[in-house]
Amino acid sequence: MSDRLSRAWSISALPLISIVLSIVVGSFVIVASEWLVAGEIRPGLALDAYAALVSGSVGSFRAIVNTLTNAMPLLLGGLAIGLAFKGGLFNIGAQGQFLMGALGSVIVGAQLRESPVIIAVPLALAAGMLAGAAWGFIPGFLKATSGAHEVVTTIMLNFVALAVLAAAVNGPLNVEGSASPITLDVGNASLPVILGRNGTIAIIFAPLMAVLYGWLLFRTTRGFEIRIAGASPDAARYAGMSPRRLIIWTMSVSGMLAGMAGATDLLGATHQMTTTYGTTVGFDSIAVALLGRTSPIGIVLAALLFGAMNTGAGAMQIDAGVPAELVGVLQATILLFLVASPVIKRVFRLKGARTGLDDTTTFTSTYGGEATIR
Amino acid sequence: MASESPIVRAPSLEMRGITKRYPGVVANDAIDLDIRPGEIHALLGENGAGKTTLMNVLYGLARPDDGQILLDGTEVHLTGPSDAIARGINMVHQHFMLVPVLTVAENITLGQETVTGGYFLDRAEAHRRIIDLGRRFGFEVDPEAKVGSLSVGWQQRVEILKALYRDAKILVLDEPTAVLTPQETQEIFEVLRRLAAAGHSIVFISHKLYEVLEIADRITVIRRGKVVGQRVPSETNEEDLAELMVGREVSLTVDRGASHPAAETLHVEGLVVRDDRGQEVVHGIDLEVRAGEILGIAGVAGNGQDELVEAIVGMRKPSAGTVTLDGQEITGQGTRAVYEKGVAYVPADRHRFGLVLSFSIADNLILTSYHDPPYSRGLLRNDAAIKQTAEERIKAFDIRTNSAEAKASTLSGGNQQKVVIAREFARDPRLLVLDQPTRGLDVGSIEFIHRQTIAKRDAGTAVLLVSAELDEILELSDRIAVIYRGRLVGLRDGRTADKNEIGILMATGGREHESNSENGTAA
Repeated sequence: MSDRLSRAWSISALPLISIVLSIVVGSFVIVASEWLVAGEIRPGLALDAYAALVSGSVGSFRAIVNTLTNAMPLLLGGLAIGLAFKGGLFNIGAQGQFLMGALGSVIVGAQLRESPVIIAVPLALAAGMLAGAAWGFIPGFLKATSGAHEVVTTIMLNFVALAVLAAAVNGPLNVEGSASPITLDVGNASLPVILGRNGTIAIIFAPLMAVLYGWLLFRTTRGFEIRIAGASPDAARYAGMSPRRLIIWTMSVSGMLAGMAGATDLLGATHQMTTTYGTTVGFDSIAVALLGRTSPIGIVLAALLFGAMNTGAGAMQIDAGVPAELVGVLQATILLFLVASPVIKRVFRLKGARTGLDDTTTFTSTYGGEATIR
Repeated sequence: MASESPIVRAPSLEMRGITKRYPGVVANDAIDLDIRPGEIHALLGENGAGKTTLMNVLYGLARPDDGQILLDGTEVHLTGPSDAIARGINMVHQHFMLVPVLTVAENITLGQETVTGGYFLDRAEAHRRIIDLGRRFGFEVDPEAKVGSLSVGWQQRVEILKALYRDAKILVLDEPTAVLTPQETQEIFEVLRRLAAAGHSIVFISHKLYEVLEIADRITVIRRGKVVGQRVPSETNEEDLAELMVGREVSLTVDRGASHPAAETLHVEGLVVRDDRGQEVVHGIDLEVRAGEILGIAGVAGNGQDELVEAIVGMRKPSAGTVTLDGQEITGQGTRAVYEKGVAYVPADRHRFGLVLSFSIADNLILTSYHDPPYSRGLLRNDAAIKQTAEERIKAFDIRTNSAEAKASTLSGGNQQKVVIAREFARDPRLLVLDQPTRGLDVGSIEFIHRQTIAKRDAGTAVLLVSAELDEILELSDRIAVIYRGRLVGLRDGRTADKNEIGILMATGGREHESNSENGTAA
């Protein structure tokens, strides 16, 4: 029992400490900015702000539904990036794949706006997934064939995606006679609402994807290959796996999940697209995947947390008078602490995800007991 | 040698009742150790016996849970390696901590620079001291030479100089001969003897029994975290030490009957291979291995043997030449295809290739057959079959762990290698390729692996054995080829081969190098 508990702690300690620390840092930011603006120091303001944030995100049925709705694209995006991480790839291009997914779903969704829901929704969703997969395939293919690093190519493809989106909305997708460029509404291709005013079926299928993600990684042969390739590409090659094929596969599926996130956002929330369409879901997903330590449950929890923060931000601004952007500060600070984990480990004397035994092998390999000589 | 035996002097270092626990393991259990000035003290033990932990404690890397460390009779509490170095304890690591692009002098003074005027390096003074030290202990090294251009043996001397430059009184050498040829080993022993004669205390960690007997004044044997005995070389022998170390009688030579070579299994012709940097490191090698025989390839590490092996098993595409298995050409087909035709491969670097340390032992035991039934059913992993196989192999190969689900990183080196051996031997191969199969292992594990290898040979498997350990080559091989700078420079019969001759071939390539027509071939 205590064994289990200590394992759970070693896995969740870093994310939890990062969250707590960012709340502390956030309090200072709140108090300091109030002092700069109004010239008075009000330590209580931080508490007021956080209380408003909490009640705005989970304080009512409506708030909870909003939180869930906001969390679903983040959840899918987090899975996209988590999968790539497991395979040893850093898919910074989730943002571009997200946009392409949204674009794909609006193209098909607008066409099918008057078709039966049962046809329109799956097809529009599939179009988004396909577009995202294609956008993930490109950097995967480039890396496998030429070694071009996916961090570089995906960042560049993010810009390409933005431009493609603007060109499409300005050109072929633009509804004639509209004041500013905008696409048709997706109509019947909108995700059906099943909870409250805006809780769509994404609340069901996104968590289902998290289950699939865990199943794929830990129950299938392909998942084993991805995890081995991520942990040790050399061992994967030795074991007879094809790292090239795995890279292409992993990036494509990662792109598909990010594309699904985009489709979920478009079909579930905005229903049509303007040239300024675009959220930062693709980037926030990186933080979600890291905070969730790429585990399916972790990503679900992290997506819920970020979804709640985004939802409560408005209430915080209205009720406590603290700018909604503070949420961005909090989220970024969490990420910062996560990335600085070696420092956190030292300060809090954490063994983190490592057990004492792992530490001994580190010693051995650093001073020569085992490592090889070349 | 001094007139007075070093053993009777007051100890310069005493470790009393050192206990160090890690979750689930007592790595050191009340260990007592005393080292006298001018003494060469050998520390002998299997991998996982606790030598490394004890030295980590001595070097300030690990804090003992119990016990005392006394230097010249006063207790010290070491806070870290820099503290240990400041107190005169230095360690020469098994793989060197040198910066290849810097000069000898720069490497030696790194972190201990002599400075003039507060800012400027005093190179002249550093050079003078380095040359002086080298001269005193019988090796003169050019302080201006780039470390990367030195041979492994000289790099090791630079490491020792580095310790001496820091006024080391106690010098710990972790398996210093693992990378050396027999001739280089003798040279380094000469250096160690001079150091001891000058009053330095030397802790010599090794698993080579005859070396320990040759160089040590006293030998302390550790098993499972405890001191199980202390010997003086004149009153012991290899069998006695091996038994102490392992805790049971071990035979140091494996009984092998005559081999019965049958049809040719592996045929390699004109193989040319490049390394990762595109340099040609194998220059047209021909060899053949028959079913039921062991061909040993001896050679100092870095003479192209790793690349040769990788080209044979399909990890590396050769730039010319052919590899044929049972009459079927398999050149450049990739590991999966080569394995499926009946090749099993134990790679030299088990941490980089042979194992995924962050994965469970069970996963590692099926790493090269995870896609075959019963471990895979269509798309799905068959966890039950994987677990069952793991438990069977853990038992059959005596892999010391309390769970198949434990990470491979929790195993000692010998047990890690047993995981690789168990996995590859179980695939019932036509050809077994072993690259440094016992590097860094203890006698117990070596004996076990050697026995298994002979058993495979007798069952009709063709075995290609690559090793830098001459003893291993001599003990197992039916035929011996020596690899030198990417060429095979001699073929000897395994039973009549002369150790010295092969050692010289390994180190120099021998005269035969010139008459290429005959000796380029090991067939």
